[in-house]
Amino acid sequence: MSDKNYLNVSYTLKSWLLTVDHKRIGLMYLLSVTGFFMLGGIFAMLIRLELMTPVGDLLQAENYNKIFTMHGLVMIFFFLIPAVPGVLGNFLLPLMVGAKDVAFPRLNLASWYVFMAGGLITSSAVVFGGVDTGWTFYTPYSTTYANTNVAITLVGAFVTGFSSILTGINFIATVHKMRAPGLTWFRLPLFVWALYATSLIMVLATPVLAMTLVLVFVERVFGVGIFDPALGGDPVLFQHLFWFYSHPAVYIMILPSMGIISELISCFSRKRVFGYNFIAYSSIGIAFLGFLVWGHHMFLSSQSVYAAMVFSFITFLVAIPSAIKVFNWTATLYRGSISYDTPMLYALGFIGLFTIGGLTGIFLGTLGLDMHVHDTYFVVAHFHYVMVGGVIMAYLGGVHFWWPKMTGKMYPEIWARISAVIVFVGFNLTFFPQFLLGYLGMPRRYHVYPDEFQVLNVMSTAGASILGLGYLMPILYFTWSLKYGKKASANPWKAKGLEWETASPPPPHNFLETPIVEEEAYAYGPSREVQIA
Amino acid sequence: MNTLFQFLPPQASTISGEVDALYFFLIGISLVFAGLICLAVVFFAIRYRRRSDDETPEEIEGSLLLELTWTIIPLLICGVIFAWGTKVFFDAVRPPATEDSIEILVTGKQWMWKLQHPDGTREINELHVPIGRPVKLTMTSEDVIHSFYIPAFRTKMDVVPGVFTSLWFEATKKGKYHLFCAEYCGTKHSEMIGWVHVMDAHEYETWLSGGVDGESAVAGGKRLFSELGCQSCHSGDSGARGPNLEGLYGTEHALESGENVTVDAKYVRESILNPLSKVSKGYTPVMPTYQGLVDEMGIMRLIAYIQSLQSQEGAEAKQ
Repeated sequence: MSDKNYLNVSYTLKSWLLTVDHKRIGLMYLLSVTGFFMLGGIFAMLIRLELMTPVGDLLQAENYNKIFTMHGLVMIFFFLIPAVPGVLGNFLLPLMVGAKDVAFPRLNLASWYVFMAGGLITSSAVVFGGVDTGWTFYTPYSTTYANTNVAITLVGAFVTGFSSILTGINFIATVHKMRAPGLTWFRLPLFVWALYATSLIMVLATPVLAMTLVLVFVERVFGVGIFDPALGGDPVLFQHLFWFYSHPAVYIMILPSMGIISELISCFSRKRVFGYNFIAYSSIGIAFLGFLVWGHHMFLSSQSVYAAMVFSFITFLVAIPSAIKVFNWTATLYRGSISYDTPMLYALGFIGLFTIGGLTGIFLGTLGLDMHVHDTYFVVAHFHYVMVGGVIMAYLGGVHFWWPKMTGKMYPEIWARISAVIVFVGFNLTFFPQFLLGYLGMPRRYHVYPDEFQVLNVMSTAGASILGLGYLMPILYFTWSLKYGKKASANPWKAKGLEWETASPPPPHNFLETPIVEEEAYAYGPSREVQIA
Repeated sequence: MNTLFQFLPPQASTISGEVDALYFFLIGISLVFAGLICLAVVFFAIRYRRRSDDETPEEIEGSLLLELTWTIIPLLICGVIFAWGTKVFFDAVRPPATEDSIEILVTGKQWMWKLQHPDGTREINELHVPIGRPVKLTMTSEDVIHSFYIPAFRTKMDVVPGVFTSLWFEATKKGKYHLFCAEYCGTKHSEMIGWVHVMDAHEYETWLSGGVDGESAVAGGKRLFSELGCQSCHSGDSGARGPNLEGLYGTEHALESGENVTVDAKYVRESILNPLSKVSKGYTPVMPTYQGLVDEMGIMRLIAYIQSLQSQEGAEAKQ
């Protein structure tokens, strides 16, 4: 029996840069998104340092505006969107469905190169003077008035989008066509359902962003009056086009994270997820309804009050499937056998923080209230609760959970639990005060602010330094574990799922023989065994 | 109130209390649901912690009854919140139909607010208003999108180039309240701020009369109408090159294309800046554009003037 796994089968640089192995591509994404996360984190640090005082004493206004723009661009396009699908999705999807690889392995490698090309182009915009339009590029500021590197950034974002589209196509084909014998749709792990719903959004929504960025580019560079009222254009049209993608985009970020939570809660309760079917259907429901709510970013943009009503109503509807998931995860804990390993700590933290983030989304979807809190720090707090308290907690939980599978090493459990707690505390201290700031009236994207907002800003900055420490620790101990970590067995967590039925790290083609599935997902009960023919 | 622990801006308008009540209701609902979930999670995590390594919990598939319950109840609660929120929103965006309101013209431009009172008094980054009277702002931008935000009144509205948006409030408490731009608009976005001064009626009249006597919006519009040469075609004579504007505002007007258009602020503005897009029935497309010759405040004054032109017969109908 060969002891070659996907890591040691070849050590050459070429075998990595020209790999078509989904597991290696997943690791390459891991390195890239970690690097981008650190860049985005540095921008965040600068923002919070500046906001410690009401005056502009660290950065000039224009530079501050560039920093918050680039913080948003890097975190959204180069971390939140690609991280879970690119790292964990790529690594796990074929394993979870019992396949050797994704449907189109070379396309998968192309996705990563396209991602890196987009990253390089956008980084050059950052390095050569920056861009200050906000990640949302609202017109006419971005088309006519901004004098920073808007055009290059548009090209960078345009290119990066294709990475999403290609990954989405690959995942959809893989789930439809490459499931192992006996693996019916309703026997799939919920992470696969989540990736599938996400892929639908990636394929359908991203092209709209691409076209919108092209239109902005055309107006900016060639002066065609699409969004310019002086030439008969409509600046609000941009907002419709932009948010038609960017709202579904947030579901691209959260759906795979919710999939991770289902995996973690079930493994560390040693129970099948309560309401499996409802969670599966909710993922599809969220993907569908997510396309119908873009106008809730535009209640006050000069659209009609009746349009606002419709978008508000559907926004309430889209909250329901997410709530159903939270209730089902909580119910899974009932009469489970619960352990407090690090992945579970992240999952439990997710449930609390995502609930707060989701509920505050309801606040924002309520028309009468949005009139006051739109474009304030209330919005900033809301989306950081779902994106950081939600997506990043789930991502970290997943990385810890599948680290032994990916690397064959265990991370140090005590340090990991400590940093999970530090992340949770730091996160709340950073972002909870921002809800209060928002209701008090502090607008977002403000470089300087009235004195009375200082105390809450200082609290937020203090929290950010704690949060930063909490993120630094995993980077250090995961790196440490590669050399000094305890060797991991095939299934250190005694979890159910096909990825755990093969070695850690897996052999190059995942399974020595094609698995045959004869049981339901999460079959933790005493009587079931997976048959591998 | 100790500013260190202030959680609400001052309640200074008729809407502020309504919005805060809605906010407290949502906080209450959130505390209940988030509280229940957090308590359940913590309780279950402790109560059902793993006691031995080979424990195998009971298999529980799900419960249709629970799923229906926790779908329908949140849906109903959402319905209530939606209805209440919509009601507050309608109250907040629809000014009362009263003769008593003060109409202020506002333009936002990088990075300042220009405001004009009906009698012509102009302000920059400040707005003086009396207590107890509805104030209605008609706003547009001269460049990028801005947003006019008064936290104490719980109201804001985007200020968009090329269209008029409006915002109204009735102040209920004397004082000085923040005015912020709330839509990122470039370098000095966070410095595009000011103050709203609420005074009692008597103080307001004194302040208004003490200021530099500007011309009112209507007088300014009349002056521009003459200076820009509008009078020569829109003279009101039969056979004139442009339609008679007396009594025209607010009516349905026929176009060459066969369609009808309502003569409102948007149509008048379009006619000034892009006259060939809608040619009046029975007239030829000869009106030149005034793009670049008149700014947004000037357009608003022209609109005020045209609004004021009554036909020979009717006197008060249009207001």
